[in-house]
Amino acid sequence: MSATSPSWERIREEFPALNQQVNGHPLVYLDNAATTQKPRAVIQALDRFYAHDNANVHRGLHALSMRATDAYEGARARVAAFVNAADPGEIIFTRGTTESINLVAASWGGANLGNGDVILLTEMEHHSNLVPWQLVAQRTGATLRFVPVTGDDGLLDLSSLDRLLTPEVKVFGFTHVSNSLGTINPVAELCARARRAGAVTVIDAAQSAGHMPVDVRAIGCDFLAFSGHKMAGVTGIGALYGRRALLESMPPWQSGGGMISTVDLLESRWKPPPERFEAGTPNFADAVALGAACDFLDSLGRESIRAHDGALARTAYERLSALPGIRLIGPPGERGGLVSFAFRDIHAHDVVTFADEDGIALRGGHHCNQPLMKRLGLTSTARASFFVYNEEREIDALVASMRRTVRFFGAAG
Amino acid sequence: MSSDLSDLYQQVILDHNRRPRNRGRIPSANRAAHGDNPSCGDQCDVYIRLDGNKIADISFDGSGCAISMASASLMTTQLKGKTAAEAGALYEQFHKIVTTGEEPDEMSDLGAFAGVHAFPARIKCATLSWHAALNALSGDPAPATTESHTD
Repeated sequence: MSATSPSWERIREEFPALNQQVNGHPLVYLDNAATTQKPRAVIQALDRFYAHDNANVHRGLHALSMRATDAYEGARARVAAFVNAADPGEIIFTRGTTESINLVAASWGGANLGNGDVILLTEMEHHSNLVPWQLVAQRTGATLRFVPVTGDDGLLDLSSLDRLLTPEVKVFGFTHVSNSLGTINPVAELCARARRAGAVTVIDAAQSAGHMPVDVRAIGCDFLAFSGHKMAGVTGIGALYGRRALLESMPPWQSGGGMISTVDLLESRWKPPPERFEAGTPNFADAVALGAACDFLDSLGRESIRAHDGALARTAYERLSALPGIRLIGPPGERGGLVSFAFRDIHAHDVVTFADEDGIALRGGHHCNQPLMKRLGLTSTARASFFVYNEEREIDALVASMRRTVRFFGAAG
Repeated sequence: MSSDLSDLYQQVILDHNRRPRNRGRIPSANRAAHGDNPSCGDQCDVYIRLDGNKIADISFDGSGCAISMASASLMTTQLKGKTAAEAGALYEQFHKIVTTGEEPDEMSDLGAFAGVHAFPARIKCATLSWHAALNALSGDPAPATTESHTD
């Protein structure tokens, strides 16, 4: 069955959006860190759900509602298995990574942080794993502290960790794979050291969940957040993994229907997790599609995806580094499936505009990493990011396009 | 290279991007405003020495794409010696050029930006420095941002 067992050789045929021309060239889609394209299996899962099973979930006593509930809870179990959670109840469906981290910051942070406490983050965090903590720090009186990035090689300065992980640190949040550097952080080691220091760990897995095996029990984290649309799923759905004991201790963060056990006019009692954190009608249709995305990725094998995307990124890094005036950031060796670069005299937005002319989709800007860009003395970079359908010939197209751009702006002087 | 792209990156624009005019803070400035474009990170500061109602001197500093930096550079050459009211009128003309692609009747380097209209996402790049300059002239202390203007 091709929809559920894609082969690497014919993988591009599974993604209808790839089959088009842009500005007279075959589309070369290298903006996967922003969002990936969707395979037929995922599009069909969504279509099938709406065409056959659509009804509101939970408390339903009619056939469609029961089917929809089974599909929704089945998706929860599927996502739990995808990250090897011990129990489906440890998966809360959210709108995505940003909402997942906001949930932890507001609920766990609001209940557990106070004056004198420290929130430890890193200098390479996406704004989504920085700003929610700034807000909860303002509310609770906690302060922020950061693990430095060493420089253009984009590694965390682990030698500083013992000094930073003091007893005041109540929570340590860090990204699994940096969305602008491509750095793969040693998450299991960071969690082990945080645990010894008594800190709760929160991992931003937006750039790793769809690209490599992610096993919350092997990593040993307390929370892990990711988005469906960056891993072949649809927009508007993501998940938060939370260790059961922690989730049970946490107060609701949004409230309404679906999350209460009893309601009186003056007070109410909460359901246990995960329902406690899913107020209102949940996004069940997109959750079902996320389950299909998990099936799709696991049928390819996430170890294979890691090897494929990482090899493309390393090849792109090597070939781009031969261009005049280019500066590449992030580790030269082992990296996640993306590469960021800046030219001395050409702004990233001009680079992206010229690439688009050649049918190549890149992203340019600060990548929601403004503090990191300042730290590296950059205002913006262009980024090429890879997924299962990208091929080495697309790196040829990228390098050729960049050469033309350099020549154009060079000649203009 | 397509005609749209060569219209966007006109020689005048490339020249101003490569050799910006009036770049850097002027010490005698008595008006200044900051502009930013949060979605792309472009920044532009405009400094003006206003003598009575006349722009006696003007400069800019900042970082951004070729379109935004060239626009800032060219703007300073166009606004020097103008009154605040003349600057406002010139901006109206410039805005029409970048949004419609219609070049002005009289010869002007501002016409080099007509190609921007084919790239709607880049209109805010071209207008960023102008918003900052108009804010500086009106004494508006709020930073100019392309997110709160129509473009």
